[in-house]
Amino acid sequence: MRRAGWLIPTLYIVFLLLPIYWLLAMSFKTTNEILGGFTLWPRDFTLDNYAKIFTDSTWYSGYINSLIYVGVNTAISVAVALPAAYAFSRYRFLGDKHLFFWLLTNRMAPPAVFALPFFQLYSAVGLFDTHIAVALAHTLFNVPLAVWILEGFISSVPKELDETAYVDGYPFWRFFIRIFMPTIAAGIGVACFFCFMFSWVELLLAKTLTSVAAKPIAAVMTRTASTSGYELGLLAAAGSLTIVPGAFVIYFVRNYIAKGFALGRV
Amino acid sequence: MRKTANQKAWFFVLPVVSLVAFNAIVPLMTVVNYSVQETFGDNVFFWAGVQWFEQVLRSDRFHAALLRQLMFTGTILAIEIPLGLVIALAMPRKGPWVSVCLVLMALPLLIPWNVVGAMWNILALPDIGLLGYGVNALGFEYNYTRQPGSAWATVIVMDVWHWTSLVVLLCYAGLMSIPDAYYQAAKVDGARPWAVFRYIQLPKLKRVLTIAILLRFMDSFMVYTEAVVLTGGGPGNSTTFLSIDLVKIALGQFDLGPAAAMSIVYFLIVLTMSWIFYTLMMRNEEI
Repeated sequence: MRRAGWLIPTLYIVFLLLPIYWLLAMSFKTTNEILGGFTLWPRDFTLDNYAKIFTDSTWYSGYINSLIYVGVNTAISVAVALPAAYAFSRYRFLGDKHLFFWLLTNRMAPPAVFALPFFQLYSAVGLFDTHIAVALAHTLFNVPLAVWILEGFISSVPKELDETAYVDGYPFWRFFIRIFMPTIAAGIGVACFFCFMFSWVELLLAKTLTSVAAKPIAAVMTRTASTSGYELGLLAAAGSLTIVPGAFVIYFVRNYIAKGFALGRV
Repeated sequence: MRKTANQKAWFFVLPVVSLVAFNAIVPLMTVVNYSVQETFGDNVFFWAGVQWFEQVLRSDRFHAALLRQLMFTGTILAIEIPLGLVIALAMPRKGPWVSVCLVLMALPLLIPWNVVGAMWNILALPDIGLLGYGVNALGFEYNYTRQPGSAWATVIVMDVWHWTSLVVLLCYAGLMSIPDAYYQAAKVDGARPWAVFRYIQLPKLKRVLTIAILLRFMDSFMVYTEAVVLTGGGPGNSTTFLSIDLVKIALGQFDLGPAAAMSIVYFLIVLTMSWIFYTLMMRNEEI
């Protein structure tokens, strides 16, 4: 058992990488080669698909739009979740348990249920087709998650830290920013990671709330797929590029991913 | 942890409450409004009572979609949870390979859902995709755009590919939090691997497994983008899950009343099942 232990994770990783390999391989093939028949690796290696994406503004602005609203969403979610998580972890107050459960129920709301009402709400307040609209809409499921993760991390910090700072005469906000936040830096990192992740991968709401100015890359891809017919190579190249920011973010938080899950509390 | 009573803590949660209230309560009330009214356009609405709810709860279409949804969620839970547990148990605990494993395994989680769909679409194309071509070359007849069986298999394998890593990461985190002393004690007692798993690891994993099952249940019940991009709900209606059906009714046919009533029933199902499961699992724990 011990000796064959490496076999299971290896097989699993190979299974995970196969579709990604195929996507990458497709992105380096010409349309002729793709439609011509089955080839295991690109015979006519080409970078045309990538060149098109980096020169055509509808394509690369899609990436910029996505990154903007994901960034704004992560900042808002973690900023509002921090004090709330602190309150849930440290204090008892009227309706705290109900409030916590109510927050979590929003994580259970199917986006399909909210797509149409969100469209009407954000049109009514004049935010339709802006980055901020998507960022705000995604807080629906990211804020509960961030509160949940941060609450776990904050609860693992002994309360004596707060009390010592109070006795030493630190004003609360200075203690919170100068001492407390660095203490739970790992937790903040993990919360940011999850907010980034769920905002980056979501499409239904992002697509419903934008038309031109803030159109996310995912929506550019689906619209291209339906209009320009069968440009699989281009689609594969665009898909491959969407993996890059995620891979980048994972690399930075790799040491905290496992820890972040363990400290989260249902 | 002992907590102090402090009503001023409400000021700390106020930003979260107002933000989520804006995002959750206003749209939810919109849905509730639609669900009890009839409209003929031009923003003219009539009271319709529970008519839409009756219609939805009696419609064969809703029953069929719900059944497909339950089958899908049941299948992926039955595969992903044990598989994730086994992989987490087999993963290295220390050394340089830990980071490599974690980074590679987390990769599917960060790919936009429509790209996941598109990726599997390309992979499973019967004539030029690696999977489709391979399966056909092995002598099986496989075409996910024509055969419901193939479409189902592809959707399930795609979901296993996409989400098993979440279970692995959760279980792995749970395993890492077991102190070494437990294993040493087991060794002194001469416990077999199965006993170590059954009496040390499994009880310690209960909490993370609860989280894993809850998250996978909720998210698989809401599955939309990947399945739509891969199969479009077809062939026929064979992979039309609840979300897909809902979007078809709401945005495709613009039947606001039935769609809203269905939304509420749908949301209540997710909520009730999560609550029951959560209460059952947490019965003996103190929070």
